[in-house]
Amino acid sequence: MYGKKVKLRFLFLVLILLSVILSVFLILQSLKNNVIYFQSPSEIKSLIELNKKKLRVGGMVKEKSIFINSNEINFIITDFKNEINVTYSGAVPNLFAEGKGVVAEGFLKDRNYFSATKILAKHDENYMPPEVKEAIGDK
Amino acid sequence: MLANQIGYYSLIIGLFFSFFLFVVSIKDFNNLNKKINQNVFILSFLQLMFVVISFLSLILSFINSDFSNETVFNNSHTTKPLFYKVSGTWGNHEGSLLLWLLVLTLFIFLFLIKSRAQPKKYRILTVLFQQIIITGFFLFVLMTSNPFNYLFPIPQEGLGLNPILQDPALAIHPPILYLGYVGSSIIFSASLAAVTQNYISKEWSQHIKKWVLISWIFLSIGIMLGSIWAYYELGWGGFWFWDPVENVSLMPWLTLTALLHCILVLERRTLLTSWVVILSITTFTLSMCGTFLVRSGILNSVHTFANDPARGIFILVFLFVLIFLSLGIFFIFHKENNKDLNSFFWLSKETSILVNNWFMMYFLSVVLIGTVYPIFLDVLSTEKISVGPPFYHKLIAPFLAPFLLFMAFGPKLKWIKSKIENKNSIIVLFVISIVLTFGIIKNLSVNVLFYTVLITAAFFLFFTTLKELFVKKSNNISQGIAHFGFSLFILSILFNSILSSEIITNIKIGEKYNYNKSEIFFEKIEKKKESNYSSIIGYFKITDKNGKVTQLKPEMRAYNQPIIVTSEADIKTTLLEDKFLVMNLVKGDEYFNIRYQVKPFMLWIWISVLLISLGGSMSLFKKKYEK
Repeated sequence: MYGKKVKLRFLFLVLILLSVILSVFLILQSLKNNVIYFQSPSEIKSLIELNKKKLRVGGMVKEKSIFINSNEINFIITDFKNEINVTYSGAVPNLFAEGKGVVAEGFLKDRNYFSATKILAKHDENYMPPEVKEAIGDK
Repeated sequence: MLANQIGYYSLIIGLFFSFFLFVVSIKDFNNLNKKINQNVFILSFLQLMFVVISFLSLILSFINSDFSNETVFNNSHTTKPLFYKVSGTWGNHEGSLLLWLLVLTLFIFLFLIKSRAQPKKYRILTVLFQQIIITGFFLFVLMTSNPFNYLFPIPQEGLGLNPILQDPALAIHPPILYLGYVGSSIIFSASLAAVTQNYISKEWSQHIKKWVLISWIFLSIGIMLGSIWAYYELGWGGFWFWDPVENVSLMPWLTLTALLHCILVLERRTLLTSWVVILSITTFTLSMCGTFLVRSGILNSVHTFANDPARGIFILVFLFVLIFLSLGIFFIFHKENNKDLNSFFWLSKETSILVNNWFMMYFLSVVLIGTVYPIFLDVLSTEKISVGPPFYHKLIAPFLAPFLLFMAFGPKLKWIKSKIENKNSIIVLFVISIVLTFGIIKNLSVNVLFYTVLITAAFFLFFTTLKELFVKKSNNISQGIAHFGFSLFILSILFNSILSSEIITNIKIGEKYNYNKSEIFFEKIEKKKESNYSSIIGYFKITDKNGKVTQLKPEMRAYNQPIIVTSEADIKTTLLEDKFLVMNLVKGDEYFNIRYQVKPFMLWIWISVLLISLGGSMSLFKKKYEK
């Protein structure tokens, strides 16, 4: 027979292993359902299939594209190749302005219209979404 | 100009003291004399002094707006108030690393003074390991992020500090957080030294417990300060966004909390020795990882001061050297020393602390994967993803209920072997919690089962700890207060998230906005000019459904240097709720975008964190008055 000590240690290892496997499984499962993809207007244009998942669109706010009324803000996000119209009713961050970088989170209505639920604050005056930086760099 | 030179050369001299310390301590290591060579103290003190001089001269350059210094030029401006000139010293990459270095050298000196009762070889080894870290940071500062770079021709005016960093909470947030982060370096060095000396024992744990507590307290308060700042400055009305930069400070906190509980076991019984060492190594590694992720520019946030790949690579290499060194030492020297393992019974304080550790490790892996996975995906493929709050809530919330129950039961158990006592009072408290929870929940439109379980567990912990504190005159007050604080913390967060309400609208001056019997009236705006910014103040009258009128005056500031617009929320705090209003001008001057929030129990979130830290501080001083 094995000693009490060995048995106990074995039990311990099995328990730890089981809980590790279980938690990794849980985490990966919910990671699958909860990630939000980041896309540029050009990527959206070339989407074959529109799905209903939440996503983020990043680019620059087009000059002279912001229109505002009492319950909505409309503007256009551009990556200087393609554009997308955005409607949004909510609070805007400080650095939201024409000609500045923006990241909008929400749902696609179709390839040209995006309904945003959140505009992300990027607290840096020089911030430019990576896609836009690449797009400008390509030119 | 002169301060610049002094600061720079002090740093170089400080680095040389590291080498002297290596030589002197290695020589002293095999000396049979029981006391440490006095030179080690002197060298360590001098090293600290030179870093202090260097740090002071940087502060002086900031105060004098000496723009021949590149760091000052990049981060300061003559019109900035004095307070923010000083806090600007560590509000940037170079200065904050100098602060790291200052705390590193300060802590090793304090360690030397405070550890006289410990074996000599163990102390010398701790100094050696700590000096490896210190040398690494000296080289990092001098090679990649010198705070004393010289600019010529001397610019007339600086670029200014990011205005959202010009804030009292954020002025003290970095130093406090660093005390926590860097405190873990002492735990790291000391546990490695203890492993090589086979000194992981009850005596060691009593001595290292103080250091664990100190860094834990500072880390808790540091995180809280950052969170308070995010709450009122970022204008979202939330206090935790599961942003990667927040997560990297939470991860060492989780391992440190686990370590704190493990040390308690080790203090009584020689158990879990390897686990304690692993936790010590992990905590410091996570602190370093946090610095790496935040500083390297991988995470884009207000903390990312500069995107210089050389810095990232340096920290990464340094990090790997430390990890391999520590793991190597651990596997070569560590001997299993679990003498007490034979008397291990399932129902005891030890097992309940192990359960605590399992939960902590689970929470840690959730946060770690959520933070790191998007970075890996970005590097390995071109896909860019983000992991939002739902991920964390979904994975953490279900495990919170059993965690809280274990927190209520665990401390009641005895060491080694225990029975459940006072079954009746437990049942009574549990019934009270359920009834109370159900009474509250049924009036709210939320997921009944989920919240009932969670809030019942939190109330149960609340009442149990309250009873321990007042009725039983428990001898472990510090633990009672900390656990009570945690139950209050969870309760405040839960009710805050359930009961918060929010109105977002675009409104013109003179307009009224009505919603469920309440009214927001935008009276007027007023313009004001300060030395470093000009502002528009909005006057709002808010009438709630009971007819109570609150006046709120949110502000928009246009800073002149750097040119940046910020919104300053106006918050009316009472014991029961916060009223939070922030406004933003979108375009032109017609419509203002406002966000009005009523957030119940906000104040209690901060109070409960302070209570948790107070529990820790009491435990720190307890040993003294018991003697």
